[in-house]
Amino acid sequence: MQGSTVPTDTTITTAAHTEVAHHEEHPDLRVWGLLTFLASESLMFGGFFVAYLLLRGIASQWPPEGTEVELLVPTVNTIILVSSSFVIHLGDVAIKKDDVAGFRKWYIITAIMGAVFLLGQVYEYMTLGYGLATNIFSNCFYLMTGFHGLHVFVGLLLILGVLWRSRRPDHYNSHKHVGIEMAEIYWHFVDIIWIVLFSLLYILTQF
Amino acid sequence: MTQAQVPLDTSLVADHGSPHKAWKWYDYFTFNVDHKVIGIQYLVTSFIFYLIGGLMAVAMRTELATPDPDFIDPSLYNAFLTNHGTIMIFLWIVPAAIGGFGNYLVPLMIGARDMAFPKLNAIAYWLNPPAGLLILGSFFFGGSQTGWTAYPPLSEVTANTAQSMWILAIVLVGTSSILGAVNFLVTILKMRVPSMALNDMPLFCWAMLATSALALFSTPVLAAGLTLLLFDINFGTSFFKPDAGGNVIIYQHLFWFYSHPAVYLMILPIFGIMSEVIPVHARKPIFGYKAIAYSSLAICVVGLFVWVHHMFTSGTPPWMRLFFTISTLIVAVPTGVKIFSWVATLWGGKIRLTSAMLFSVGLLSMFVFGGISGVTMGAAPFDVHVHDTYYVVAHFHYVLFGGSVFGIYAGIYHWFPKITGRFLNEPLGVVHFVMTFIGTNLTFLPMHTLGLQGMPRRVAMYDPQFEFINQICTFGAYVLAASVIPFTVNIIWSWMKGKKAGDNPWNALTLEWTTSSPPIIENWEVLPVLEHGPYDYGMDKAHRSPVSAKVEDSPIS
Amino acid sequence: MKQIPASLLTLTAGILVTLISLWVGQNHGLLPEQASTDAPLVDGLFDLMVTIGTALFIVVQGAIIIFLVMFRRRPGDTGDGEPIEGNLPLEAFWTAIPAIIVIGLGVYSVNVFQEMGGLSPGSHPMLGHQHPSAVVAQNMDQNTPVAGDTMPLMAQAPNGGDDYEPEYGFGASPGSNRMRADVVVNVTGMQFAWIFTYPDSGIVSGELHIPEGKTVQLNLTAQDVIHSFWVPQFRLKQDALPGVESGLRFVASKVGQYPVVCAELCGSYHGGMRTQIMVHTPEDYDSWVTTNRPATAAVAQPPVAVSTASMSDPEYLQPYAAEMGVTSQALAQLQPS
Ligand code: HEA
Ligand code: HEA
Ligand code: CUA
Ligand SMILES: [Cu+2]
Repeated sequence: MQGSTVPTDTTITTAAHTEVAHHEEHPDLRVWGLLTFLASESLMFGGFFVAYLLLRGIASQWPPEGTEVELLVPTVNTIILVSSSFVIHLGDVAIKKDDVAGFRKWYIITAIMGAVFLLGQVYEYMTLGYGLATNIFSNCFYLMTGFHGLHVFVGLLLILGVLWRSRRPDHYNSHKHVGIEMAEIYWHFVDIIWIVLFSLLYILTQF
Repeated sequence: MTQAQVPLDTSLVADHGSPHKAWKWYDYFTFNVDHKVIGIQYLVTSFIFYLIGGLMAVAMRTELATPDPDFIDPSLYNAFLTNHGTIMIFLWIVPAAIGGFGNYLVPLMIGARDMAFPKLNAIAYWLNPPAGLLILGSFFFGGSQTGWTAYPPLSEVTANTAQSMWILAIVLVGTSSILGAVNFLVTILKMRVPSMALNDMPLFCWAMLATSALALFSTPVLAAGLTLLLFDINFGTSFFKPDAGGNVIIYQHLFWFYSHPAVYLMILPIFGIMSEVIPVHARKPIFGYKAIAYSSLAICVVGLFVWVHHMFTSGTPPWMRLFFTISTLIVAVPTGVKIFSWVATLWGGKIRLTSAMLFSVGLLSMFVFGGISGVTMGAAPFDVHVHDTYYVVAHFHYVLFGGSVFGIYAGIYHWFPKITGRFLNEPLGVVHFVMTFIGTNLTFLPMHTLGLQGMPRRVAMYDPQFEFINQICTFGAYVLAASVIPFTVNIIWSWMKGKKAGDNPWNALTLEWTTSSPPIIENWEVLPVLEHGPYDYGMDKAHRSPVSAKVEDSPIS
Repeated sequence: MKQIPASLLTLTAGILVTLISLWVGQNHGLLPEQASTDAPLVDGLFDLMVTIGTALFIVVQGAIIIFLVMFRRRPGDTGDGEPIEGNLPLEAFWTAIPAIIVIGLGVYSVNVFQEMGGLSPGSHPMLGHQHPSAVVAQNMDQNTPVAGDTMPLMAQAPNGGDDYEPEYGFGASPGSNRMRADVVVNVTGMQFAWIFTYPDSGIVSGELHIPEGKTVQLNLTAQDVIHSFWVPQFRLKQDALPGVESGLRFVASKVGQYPVVCAELCGSYHGGMRTQIMVHTPEDYDSWVTTNRPATAAVAQPPVAVSTASMSDPEYLQPYAAEMGVTSQALAQLQPS
C-alpha cells in the first residue's frame, strides 16, 4: 500500500532545471499510521479512565459494599502479560538477525501467553459474583477490562496473522518485517494500557 | 509520455486493472481507492445529506411560523431538530470539508499520487453511508429526540432504539474521521514531493494538518462517552443514572471535550479554503503565511481547553466557569490573526469578483459576526442569560452556515473547473450568492433578538409575543431553501455542458493546477517539481524560476 | 480625496466608528426589562461587548468593502497585485489589540461574576460531598428506571445549617453577609412542570412567589431529567440536575410577574414547561404566605395531593395545560413514553 505514491527514478524536465526525484527507499508508512492510530486509541481509554476516576470521586465508598476485588488471578495475569512484551521483543530481535525460526518460536509463545491472559480474564469474570449491571463499580470494571480484553484479542489475531504469513519462505527477513514490527508495537500498547488499568481497578481500590 | 512509463505500485494497479486515464461513471459507485474518486464521493453524498437536513430545517421553521405546535407533533419536531443538527454536522460539513476537499486536494497539492493508505481511505468513506442510513432508519423508531448533544438522563429514557441507532451512527462517522485523520497526518508529513518543505505547503494542507491532529485527539473521547451511554441504554449499567451512583455531568464533559473541538474541525478546513481562494482571485501573495499556518495550530491547542463554555449553567464549579471564560476569550486572538491577514491580502490586489470570491468575502463578513457573538457567550456571566436560547442558535448558524457552508460553496466554485474540467456558470453563481447571503441574514440575524428577549431553543411552541420575528426567520429559511435550486441546476448543467476550463483557468500557482483537468489517475505523468511558492503572485523577477502564471483576462466576466 | 491627508481621514473614521459603536452599545434595546439586582451587572457587560463588537465589525467589514472597491480589477488589467507578503509591525499590532481587548473583557467578566455571587457556591461543601438526598438515592434499587417517580416529590433539599449553599450556581454576593437567605424555596423540575416548596411555611405551589428586595435562595433539583430554571428578566439561569444540588441566590428588584422558562431540552413538551414568578412587595408577600399556609389553606396544592406515578402524562399535565400554554388537544396527542 505504502509504496503506491512517489515513484523512484522519475526525472522531470518541465522547467529550466532538472531534478531527480528522490532515490532512497520510500519510508514504510504503515508503522507511522499505526502509531498515529494508537495515539488516538489511547485517548479513548483515557475517556474511560477519566469517567472512572470522576465516578470514584463522587462515591462515598469505592468499591461499594459487598464488591470484593479479587487480586490473585489478575496479578498472575499481569505478570504474564507484562512478560509477554519482553518475549515478543525477542521475536523481533530474532527476525532482525534473519532467524525466522527464532522469530516464530517467540511469537508462538507470546500468542500462548496472550491466550492464557484472556482465559484468565474469562475465569475471573465467571467467579467474581457480580455482573456488569450490579453496581457502578462493576459497570466500570467490566466495561474497561472488557474493552481491553477486546484489544488483547485483536493483538492475538495480529500475531497469529503474522505467524500465518511467515509460513511462506522469505516472506519476512531482516529487511522486510514491517508486519512483525506492527504486531509488536500493538502488543506493547495493549500492555501499557493494562498496566494503567490494573493500577486503577485493582491497586487503587485497595486503599 | 504514457502512464506506463511511470513506475506504479503494483497493488494499486491491480486494484483498477490496467492503467487508464479516467474513471468511468460507475467507478464512482464502487469501493474505489483513488483519492479523487473518494473526494467526489464524499462531496456528493454529503450534499445529498445537506438537502435532507435542510428539508428537516424547513419543516422545523414551518412549525415555528406559529406559536402553537400545530404543524408537526412536538416529538417529531424534536426528532427533526436532533437529526437536523446531527446530519448537518456529521454528514454534511465534516465529510464535505475534511473528506471531500481534504481527500481531493491534499495529494494534489503536495505532489503525491494518492493518500498514504488508499484502502483505509476508501473504508473511511464507506463508513458514512451506513451511518446515514442508520440515522434515517431511526425515524421508524421515533427518531432520537434529545438534541445532537444527547444529554442523559433524557437520552436514556426517550426512544431507546432510535437513540441506540443514533449512537451507532455517530460511532461510525467518528471512526471514519479517526481513520481519515491518520491518513492525512501521515500523507502530509511523509509524502510531499521532495522539493516541498513544510513551509512551502499550501495553507490548505496546514489547515488539514491541524484539523487532523485535533480530530485524532478529540474524537475517541466522544466514542468513549457514547459507549458509556449505549451501555446505559441497553445493558443495564448506570454511568449516568443518578439514582444508582452515576452522574449526569460526566457525560457532558466527555461530549464537549469532543464537540467543542468538532466546531473547529468544521471551520479549520474552511479557513484553509479561504487561504487558497483569496490570493488567487485577488492576485496577491497571501499576507502573513506563517501567521496563518501557525495560528491554526494555536487554535487547536487552545481549542482543546475551552469545552466547559457549553456548560456554564450546568453543574460547573466556579473555578471552571472562570478558567473557561478566559480560555474561550483567548481563542479570538489566533482567529483574528487569520481574518486580518485575509483582509490584508485584499489590499493592493487586482480583485476578480468571481462567485468563489463572492462567497469568500461573504464568509469573512458572516464569520466575523458569528465569531464576535461567540466571544460574548464566552463571558460566563452573560452566557448564563443566553445559554440554550436562540442567541446560541443564531451564533452557530452564523459560523456554521455563514462560515462553513459559504466556504464549501467558495471551494466548489473555485475547484469545480479542476474536478470536472468545466466552469460553473457565473451569472447563476451570482444569483446563488445573493440569495444565500440575503437568506442567511434574514433567517439567523433576528434569532439574536429572540434569544436575548427570552425564547429558549429546542421548543416547538413559544410565547405569542415572538411570533412576528419567528415569521421573518421562517421566511428567510424559505429563501435559503430556494437558493439551493440555482446551485444544483448550475452543478448538473455545467458538469455536462459547461464551458471548458483548461488546466489552470484561474492562473493559480499551487500544484493541483499543474496537471490536467480533471486530473488523470495517479495525478501526474511525471511528478511536478516546485519552482515557486504557492502564492508567489506578482513575483516574477524574484529568486525563483519564471512564473508562468500571467493573468489574462478572466475567462468569464 | 487627494487633498485630505490619510491620517485625517483615518481619524475621522475612527471617531465616527467610536461614536456609532457607543451609541449602539447604549441603545440596542435588545434585552428585556431588568428585575433583579444582577440584571444591571450583566447588562453592563453586554453593552460593553456590543460596543466593542460593533466597532470591530464595522472596521473589518468596512475594510473589506473599501478594499473590494479600491482594488477591483479594472477591465483589461491582466497583471498581478503588489507582492506584499507580510508586515511584522502590523501583524504584531493586530495580535496585540485583540489580546488586550479579551484580557480586559476577561477581567470585567470575572468581576461581574464575583459581584453576582458566582464564586460562593460550593465554597462550603467539598467536591464529593454527599448530600442526604443523594445518599438516599444511591441506596435505592438500582434497577428502577431513571425517569420513574423514584425520588420523593418534594425531596426536601438539605438544609445543612444556616449558611447552606448548593454546590453549583450562584450564591451570596461578596458584600452581603453569608447569612441564611430571607426566603428559601426548594425547586423541583419534572417533566413538564416546576414545583416550588417553601420549607419555612410548608407551602407547595406551582408558581413562584417572592418578596421584592429580599434575598431569595432557590435550591434546585430535578426529579427525572435535566431541566433549567431561567428567568430572562433576572438574567439568571441554572440547570436543575437529577442527583446534583444546584442553586440560585438573588434579590428581585421590581414588583411584577415574569415568566419562568425551562431552558434545557427535557422531552416533547419542553417548550410548554413554563410558569410564573410573582414578585410582591414584602407586605403582599406576607399576606400571600398567610393565606396559603397549609394550616390555613384547607387542602394542599394539587401537585402533591395526588400520586402522579399512576397517571399518564396527559392526565397529569391536564391541570397545568393553561399555565403551560398548551391546548388540551395537544396534550391528548402526547404519547405515554
Ligand atoms: C464552525 C463552528 C463554530 C465556530 C468556529 C465557533 C467559534 C466560537 N464559538 Fe461557538 N458554537 C458552535 C459552533 C462554532 N463556534 C456551535 C455548533 C455551538 C452550539 C452547540 C450546541 O449547544 O448545540 C456553539 C456554541 C458556543 C458557545 C456555547 C453557548 C451556549 O450554549 O451557552 C460558546 C460560548 O462560549 C461559543 C463560543 C465561541 C467562540 C468564542 C468562538 C471563537 O472561535 C470565535 C472566534 C472568532 C472571532 C472572535 C471573529 C474574528 C476575530 C476578530 C475580528 C478579532 C478581534 C476580535 C475580538 C477581540 C473579539 N460557541
Ligand atoms: C452546518 C450546520 C447547519 C446548517 C447548514 C443548518 C442550516 C439550517 N438550520 Fe440549523 N442547526 C444546526 C446546524 C446547521 N443548521 C445545529 C447543529 C443545530 C442544533 C440542533 C440541536 O439543537 O440539537 C441546528 C438547529 C436549528 C434550529 C433550532 C431548532 C431548535 O432549537 O428548536 C433551527 C431553527 O430555525 C435551524 C434552522 C436552520 C435553517 C433554516 C437552515 C437552512 O440553512 C437550511 C436551508 C435549507 C435547505 C438547504 C434545504 C433545501 C432543500 C430543498 C430545496 C428540497 C430538496 C430536497 C431533496 C431533493 C431531498 N437549525
Ligand atoms: Cu424542563 Cu425543558
Ligand atoms: Cu464551543
